[in-house]
Parts: sequence; C-alpha cells; structure tokens
Amino acid sequence: MSIAFDLARVAAGFSDPTRESQQVFRKLMDAMARPGTIYDLSQAPEPPSGMHRAAGAVALTLFDFETPVWLDPGLHTEAVEGWLQFHCGAPRVAEPRQAAFALVADLSAAPLLADFNAGDAKYPDRSTTLVIQLPSLEGGPRVTLTGPGIKSEATLALDGLRPGFWGEVQENHARFQFGVDLIFVAGDRLTALPRSTRIV
Amino acid sequence: MTARTNEPERYYNYAYLDEQTKRMIRRAILKALAIPGYQAPFGSREMPVPYGWGTGGIQLTAAIIGPDDVYKCIDQGADDTTNAVSIRRFFAQVADVATTEDTAAATIIQTRHRIPEQGLTEGQVLVFQVPQPEPLRGLEARETETRAMHAYEEYGLQYVSLYESVATYGRIASTVGYPTMIDERYLMSPSPIPKFDNPKLDDNPAILLFGAGREKRIYAVPPYTRVRSLDFDDYPFETQTWEEDCALCGATESYLDEVVLDDSGERMFVCSDSSFCSDRRAAGHAGSMAGHQLATLDKAPA
Ligand SMILES: [Zn+2]
Repeated sequence: MSIAFDLARVAAGFSDPTRESQQVFRKLMDAMARPGTIYDLSQAPEPPSGMHRAAGAVALTLFDFETPVWLDPGLHTEAVEGWLQFHCGAPRVAEPRQAAFALVADLSAAPLLADFNAGDAKYPDRSTTLVIQLPSLEGGPRVTLTGPGIKSEATLALDGLRPGFWGEVQENHARFQFGVDLIFVAGDRLTALPRSTRIV
Repeated sequence: MTARTNEPERYYNYAYLDEQTKRMIRRAILKALAIPGYQAPFGSREMPVPYGWGTGGIQLTAAIIGPDDVYKCIDQGADDTTNAVSIRRFFAQVADVATTEDTAAATIIQTRHRIPEQGLTEGQVLVFQVPQPEPLRGLEARETETRAMHAYEEYGLQYVSLYESVATYGRIASTVGYPTMIDERYLMSPSPIPKFDNPKLDDNPAILLFGAGREKRIYAVPPYTRVRSLDFDDYPFETQTWEEDCALCGATESYLDEVVLDDSGERMFVCSDSSFCSDRRAAGHAGSMAGHQLATLDKAPA
C-alpha cells in the first residue's frame, strides 16, 4: 500500500472550513459586486510557497471536483499541487480554454485573456475566472472604471501588469456577454474586475 | 457530523446546506454578479419547504449567511406572516443569526414580492424569492427559445407584447413583475414585485440577488446598476398611485394594501411594508384610522 503524498508536508487549509469559507466568500461577493474595491483576507491560512494568501483563500472557498483549474507553470511544485489536490480536489487542465479557474503567478508569461474560456452565447457563465497574483494592488498606472457595481466611477492602480494588459481588459469587456472575470490578489489583499466593468 | 469545539452538537449542516452545495451556489452568484441580469443555472437542492415557499431565496440566503449577519424576512412587505416568520425562525436556528424587523439594521433581507420602502444601503443584500425567473416565459414556453432570445438580444417580442397591451387597454397593463432592462443588455424579471417598486431597483446601493428554486436559476443586480423599466416614448413607465393615504400612519408615498374590514364592505388602505408603517407610528405619525385594531393584529397575507 502506498500513500499518494506525505500529509505532514501539506500546508494547512481552513481550520473551520464552514465558517472561514463563508467569511471569505462574502468578501469575494462584495469584491465582484463592487469592482476595484480592495478587500483584506489576512485572516486566511498561510498557503504553500509561491501562492499569495488571498489566492489560497479563493481556492479553498471556490475550487472543488467540479472546477477544472489551469495552474501557472511557476506553481507546478509539489507543495502547491499537493495542497490544491488535498484541500480542493480540483481536476487540473493544461488547456486554458477548459479552465473554470486559472491561477496566474507570472502574468508576463501567462496566456492572453482571450485564450481562456469566454463562455458561450447562451451560457456566458461557463467562462474562466482568473486569479492573478501581482506584487501590489496599488502604485501602478491609474485607470478609471465605470459600470455595474460602481457609483459614478472608481480608480485602480494595479502594479506589475504586463504591457498592453489594460487593452486586453478593454477587449474582454467589449465582447460582453462573453468574457472572463478577473480576481487580482497581492499578499493578503484582493480586488475583482468582472467583464461588465468598462475601462475609461 | 462531529461537533466543533465550543459548540453543541448539531444534527444538520450550518445554514442547512452541505459545503459542496454552498460552493456551487456561491460560484453561480459570482457569475450572476459579473453578468448582471443573466440567469445562471445552478443545481438546486431539495429544501425542507415545498416549492413556492421560497426555496430559491432560502438557498441563496443559506449560501451567503454567517453568524455575524442580521437577518430580516418579509412576505409581501410584512414581517409577521406565517411564511416570513417560519423562514426567519429557520435561519435563526440553523445559522445562529440575529433576526430583526428593522430594515436599516438588517444585513440580509429575504423578500417575497416587495422591496422595503426605506432605502437600502451599501453592504446590505436583498434576496428575492422568484417563482418564475424568465420574463419571456408568458410569450414563449420553450426554454431553448427564450435562452436564445437572451443570447442574441432578441427582445422584439417583448416590445410587441407591451405595445399590444397599449393598443388594447390604452396603457401597459402589467402591474406586477414588470419587465426590466439591466445595464441595457439583459431583459430581467424583477420577480412579482408591484411595478411601484421597480424604480427602487435602479442605482440601488445594495446587492440584489434573485433565486428561483424550482427553475434552478440565480440572477443578480450589482449595486449602482442601471435598471430600466421597459416603456415607449409616448407611453412612459408609470408607477401605481393611490387617492388614499395610509389609514394607520398617514404615509402618502408608500405602497398600500386594501383591507376589507367587515361584511358591509368598509375598507381601509394601509402600508404593505409593516415595519415601515409601525416605525412611522412610533415616530408619532397618524392616519385617519390611527389606533384601529388592525394596527395591533397580525396582518394576514394578501
Ligand atoms: Zn402606514
């Protein structure tokens, strides 16, 4: 009899999954409902090396056997793969278009937003949600956001984006109802940009 | 299941639903918020109440609620109907939440067929119970067809129907579940709220979530989203108005229910929103029949 992996080497998940996943989800729901607003997830457990705490919290809250996950090659480590396998049990996919969720650690090397699943005309919800790790959610070039969830307008200054990224986001919005939805994380913090948000 | 430390043993999951079901509903909520007005399918679970008693709303509440929430439940505006009371007790028991009748104090308000008169605020969530999520169902019975109409933004049939109503009645006859356009893209049923409440959907600071249990659909309107009630240049959208004021609190701008008082047909008009009405009376406002025994009785559901 063999053991798939050494439990002692798997980092902890939620100590109280019911309570903690509910708390994280409410912040995620608020984030998706209020694009560009930044939320704090410092209460979430320490994820394995390479993953930001807020990204780990999203994974523990939303990923499971029903959600194919595309994992950034930079996160193809025993620690990350074992942790996701143990706590979430989500199937892994190599093809971005098959992913319900994508976990991006190095945006400069990641596939284009247009390479992920934008849903179909009748079921635009069958689309990829990307969780993108950045060095900071502030301090980068400032953009102005409008659209559902935003009272008049909001600003966001994400740091560490690849060249042309805001153009990709604009194209993603332009093909609404199709599109991917974006969750940006940096350390303990998180913000979201659904496809409905316009970059002005 | 095993009891958590410091907590008495439970014989049911927190908020009734199992964690996998909650995750599935939560993912559908996020997509519904990202595509405002779009009906996202979800795998509805059997609930301990029959369809028609708010299973969709109950599942939404169960997927989002936590012990720090303050929960309010209303049925046609009233906190004290049998249905509202039983759902409120259910969540008090299975989710350890405080409950309230005070609209301003609630973090989650579950509702059947009304939007509270008092304006909602940022941070609040309004959960609608929806019997029929498809605004086009009365015009087209086949789900494959209505889904295609939404997919390709083919809403001509809806406008033809409204215009036929104008031709027949001289106005748009629909008074409940009046169709709305969300951010100029998706046609959405606001659930069977009176059209009086439609303007409250527009630019609302709260998150609006809609759940249909039997039809297995979730849809959403994020805060500050444009919600337009369909109309025509020559027949603009209008809400109901009343000749009367509320007989109990004297409110002039609330939605009124007509209540028949006796066999001789004597009647009075009172606020549908029972919490709004009692707050006004507590603040000293009085209508023409203030002090009537109805003010102290449980208002029967209409
Ligand atoms: Zn009144």
